[in-house]
Amino acid sequence: MQFDWPILSVLIWLPILGGLVTLALGERAIVLGRWIALITTAATFGLSILLYTNFDATTAQMQFVEEAAWIPAFSALYSLGVDGIAMPLIILTTFVTPLVIIAAWTVIEKKPAQYYAAFLILEGLMVGVFASLDALLFYVFWEAMLIPMFIIIGVWGGPRRVYATMKFFLYTFLGSVLMLVSLIYLYLQTCDAGQCSYSIADFQRLPIGLNEQILIFLSFLLAFAVKVPMWPVHTWLPDAHVEAPTGGSVILAAIMLKMGGYGFLRFSLPITPDASAQLDWLVISLSLIAIVYIGYVALVQQDMKKLIAYSSVAHMGFVTLGSFLAFELLRVNGDVRGAAMGIDGAMVQMISHGLVSGAMFFCVGVLYDRVHSREIGAYGGVVNTMPIFAAFAVLFAMANSGLPATSGFVGEFLVIIASFRADFWYAFLAAITLILGAAYTLWLVKRVIFGAVANENVAALKDVNGREFFVLGVLALAVMLLGVWPVPLLDVMRPTVENLVQHITISKL
Amino acid sequence: MIQQSTLLSIVLAPLIAALLAGLFGRFIGRVGAHSVTIAGVAISFGLSAWVLKQLLLDGAPNVNESVYTWLVSDGIRMEVGFLVDRLTALMMVVVTFVSLCVHVYTIGYMHDDPGYQRFFSYISLFTFSMLMLVMANNFMQLFFGWEAVGLVSYLLIGFWYTRPSAIFANLKAFMVNRVGDFGFVLGIAGIVYFTGSLDYVTVFGMRESIAANTMQIIPGLEWQAMTVICICLFIGAMGKSAQVPLHVWLPDSMEGPTPISALIHAATMVTAGIFMVARMSPLFELSQTALSTVLVIGATTAFFMGLLGLVNNDIKRVVAYSTLSQLGYMTVALGVSAYSAAIFHLMTHAFFKALLFLAAGSVIIAMHHEQDMRKMGGLRKYMPITYWTSLIGSLALIAFPGTSGFFSKDAIIAAVGASHIPGATYAYWCVFLGVFVTALYSFRLIFMTFHGPERFASASAHDHAAHESTHVHSDKDAGHEPDVSAHNSHGAHDHHGAPHESPWVVTLPLILLAIPSLVIGWFTIGPVLFGDYFGNAIVVSEAHNALAHVAEEFHGPASFVVHGLKTAPVWIALLGVLTAWFLYIKRPDLPAKIAGRFSAIYTLLVNKFYFDEIYQAVFARGSRRLGTVLWRAGDVGLIDGALVNGSANVVGWFSGVMRRMQSGYLYHYAFAMIIGLSTLLAWYVLR
Repeated sequence: MQFDWPILSVLIWLPILGGLVTLALGERAIVLGRWIALITTAATFGLSILLYTNFDATTAQMQFVEEAAWIPAFSALYSLGVDGIAMPLIILTTFVTPLVIIAAWTVIEKKPAQYYAAFLILEGLMVGVFASLDALLFYVFWEAMLIPMFIIIGVWGGPRRVYATMKFFLYTFLGSVLMLVSLIYLYLQTCDAGQCSYSIADFQRLPIGLNEQILIFLSFLLAFAVKVPMWPVHTWLPDAHVEAPTGGSVILAAIMLKMGGYGFLRFSLPITPDASAQLDWLVISLSLIAIVYIGYVALVQQDMKKLIAYSSVAHMGFVTLGSFLAFELLRVNGDVRGAAMGIDGAMVQMISHGLVSGAMFFCVGVLYDRVHSREIGAYGGVVNTMPIFAAFAVLFAMANSGLPATSGFVGEFLVIIASFRADFWYAFLAAITLILGAAYTLWLVKRVIFGAVANENVAALKDVNGREFFVLGVLALAVMLLGVWPVPLLDVMRPTVENLVQHITISKL
Repeated sequence: MIQQSTLLSIVLAPLIAALLAGLFGRFIGRVGAHSVTIAGVAISFGLSAWVLKQLLLDGAPNVNESVYTWLVSDGIRMEVGFLVDRLTALMMVVVTFVSLCVHVYTIGYMHDDPGYQRFFSYISLFTFSMLMLVMANNFMQLFFGWEAVGLVSYLLIGFWYTRPSAIFANLKAFMVNRVGDFGFVLGIAGIVYFTGSLDYVTVFGMRESIAANTMQIIPGLEWQAMTVICICLFIGAMGKSAQVPLHVWLPDSMEGPTPISALIHAATMVTAGIFMVARMSPLFELSQTALSTVLVIGATTAFFMGLLGLVNNDIKRVVAYSTLSQLGYMTVALGVSAYSAAIFHLMTHAFFKALLFLAAGSVIIAMHHEQDMRKMGGLRKYMPITYWTSLIGSLALIAFPGTSGFFSKDAIIAAVGASHIPGATYAYWCVFLGVFVTALYSFRLIFMTFHGPERFASASAHDHAAHESTHVHSDKDAGHEPDVSAHNSHGAHDHHGAPHESPWVVTLPLILLAIPSLVIGWFTIGPVLFGDYFGNAIVVSEAHNALAHVAEEFHGPASFVVHGLKTAPVWIALLGVLTAWFLYIKRPDLPAKIAGRFSAIYTLLVNKFYFDEIYQAVFARGSRRLGTVLWRAGDVGLIDGALVNGSANVVGWFSGVMRRMQSGYLYHYAFAMIIGLSTLLAWYVLR
């Protein structure tokens, strides 16, 4: 499908433009700036729906492709396009950002225009990451994305924001620099093959020796594992979440973590399939460690945001586990049945985690705005004063525990079923999340939501206002809809996922 | 012909009612909430009864069709759909009938509760979930219903969310159920692995090919794939149906309001595991190891959990332990392949146990939310309807000849006696001795509550110290159910005036449930147990068909009763009743003496075999300790401390060194140059 106007460029540059306008209007015209932010992000979301409605779900080809010369000296192109993996993630991005704008409506008092501008620019850059077909363009968006997030945490963050921003930036940046080396190496290889190119598709077709593949794979692994984040490079996430303002946490959890999962599917698996086959045990082990180990760690957290951050690490373990099942399946069963289900599960888990963890961070934000504490011990019996909020919180907690009919169930179920084909113990360890996930989430609910009113802060709480109700309600509907009827999401992904499975099982050697 | 729209109405009517009562409770008010939910469940019940009639009398074919495709992944289609055969239809009728009774009863029981609308919303939602579970035609939807009933149970146990004991109990219930679900999911994954499908009919069709496979879970050990799958599935059933060692949540679930104890924790949700195993009979039949496991676990639950009912003084908890024990009987029936006997007992038990719980609730209302039986006694003359219906329920529970429980339980005992699979002898002794225990605790309850001297006038609710220590251990919040509004209206715990019979909304359901408790066995035993009622819904292989031996001696319900009189269990039960009478009416001083004499056993029973303490120490505290260690040592210490901040410190130290080298003094640089040059020279010369 092709429009006669560049829809992907619009999705990238419209929010960035809106952000610049808001910035230019400045703090004095904040009322106007706020509306511009809202209208821009809402329009971006509306336009992104066209991607879904006009998507051709019968092909794995890139769609809505745009191409223009960018840096001719490196044969780098401004080329955009989406397939069944990128498109849902773009819609997730455009869906969550307006909610962040709405949630911040009157809450942010310090330099609100700059706050909105940062999120708008960030949105454009994130869409750019998912839409880039050129590796250099991808890398530019990938690194540029760090800047607004760095500012969001550093300016609007909590008391230890400087430590958290530095940790966040250095962690992610160090991870990514090695990826750049690999991308340049791959570029040089394409030149040797005759046609210099930064096209990701060319990289995917490029034959590469095993040793080179392993080095490239490891550099990719570092970049993406930090983003996901995988154990043991996850420790920046709790700190970043704790210090970030609500909106920052939401975007971080809902979308930025997905970049890692997306990177594995777009770069690691198709560009270095043989190295992936050699080293899949590493990714799978780290994923299982994340699911079990981090589950225990989440259990003992005293800070609500830290708990949700750790739960994110555990949930993202399903993404990496599901993505890397293909090779073990091939070794054990001689065929790749189940590999597509693993990747399907990984994708659904990414979308679902975006909604659920985003919603949970919104919930913490609602409480934080009122009580100014994230400590679990500062609450207790919130349901007595905020019954509507409590209903939402319990719903999202159940989704976080992977209850059927919420989106949280779908991905975990698919990954567990698929991993059983590879190894009983993978499924066994992954399924432990049923117990641990419920334990840390519902224990949190018990201590914060239920019980008698714990102190006068809780007694003075006011239930959600219309704005908060809208944000939580929209997310609740999305979580339920995806849980009850996930088939529309699975259908657009299918050809891409099947193509990916086919591609990665063919050796490049 | 059964239309899909009929089935959809059955499922959706309670769901819509639940949404209306839950989301718009404030607008439709109390009357609106109970009207709409009762209407919803009544529609479900009416249509379910009609479906049963269609299948039974009008020869309608079974329904097996999908409603919509949930998702397709990797060529595996997961659907939401209905399989309605006679097994399903029976469950639908039982669920909706008990649910309807409980809805009506709730009007009276929750009359003063501020959470009135919420409560009706929850129990309607529960009805929806349970119907989805029993009507599923595939494992995905089964699991949906399975978890959804768990969720509603969680919400209802914690209904009085300000009480610490309630929110402890609901978390515990959910967690223990999740342990079961953990096994259940693995079982489902195994099924998908071997059949590539989640659809019941497809899976059952490929059962021989599953059975032909083996799995090496622990290297070097070949296990039958079917055994692994069935045991995994059964772990799920152990969670839901509260079998040892996953039984610990059920007694604590009594923290919820009494109507849900009747609906969820006696009549329906806890039977989900029994139903599931019966539904999976084609699979379980192919693994004798799995059947033996089921049998032994069921037998252990039936006998040992019954013992706990003997020492408890909380009226609801005694009924709860009897539920555990009866669920054990059903599980035993499954283990000896007497699936139809299990379902039959499930049905009769649903009626008489719901009755007993609702009667207990009626007593609790009359006692102003006092649940300790030591403060009751002599209630017979104040509440005749409650007394007589309780008596009927208890007679059915102890399998008094002619009551519904007699037919179902006697059939189970006979089937166990006829079975020859490993574990059958142990199971036989458990269920046989269990009969005595059942009779003893049931009539202990009847005698302590309704007979003997009136102890409530003198008893103050606060003098726990005056009583023996049983209370401290059995309940965290000392048996009574502090209904907020009840307290407000009555000011304090002491009782005003004589207890009186409950209003008609409470007693009508008691009567409605007492009728089937008494008589339903007469009509149904023939077709359900020995006839071809279930058709191909339940598969029993010839090798373990224990029930067939029982059937050979079956010549109609009357002769079954007569034959029963000639067997030991009936007399054992009567002995139990007599013992109860002797201990609690004739010589009420004896129980304390016996407890003193056998204090070791008594302490063990009062502490419920220490399951709670062990779980609390190992799993709850152990997990938290492990989490703390992993966090402090792993994340904070090793990764952040040594690696992340450590590398930052190394960089900082290194750059500090480098900075000092750039001192700006010319002679430092000159010195460095000299050293460098001489080293280079030395290298050239000496090379």
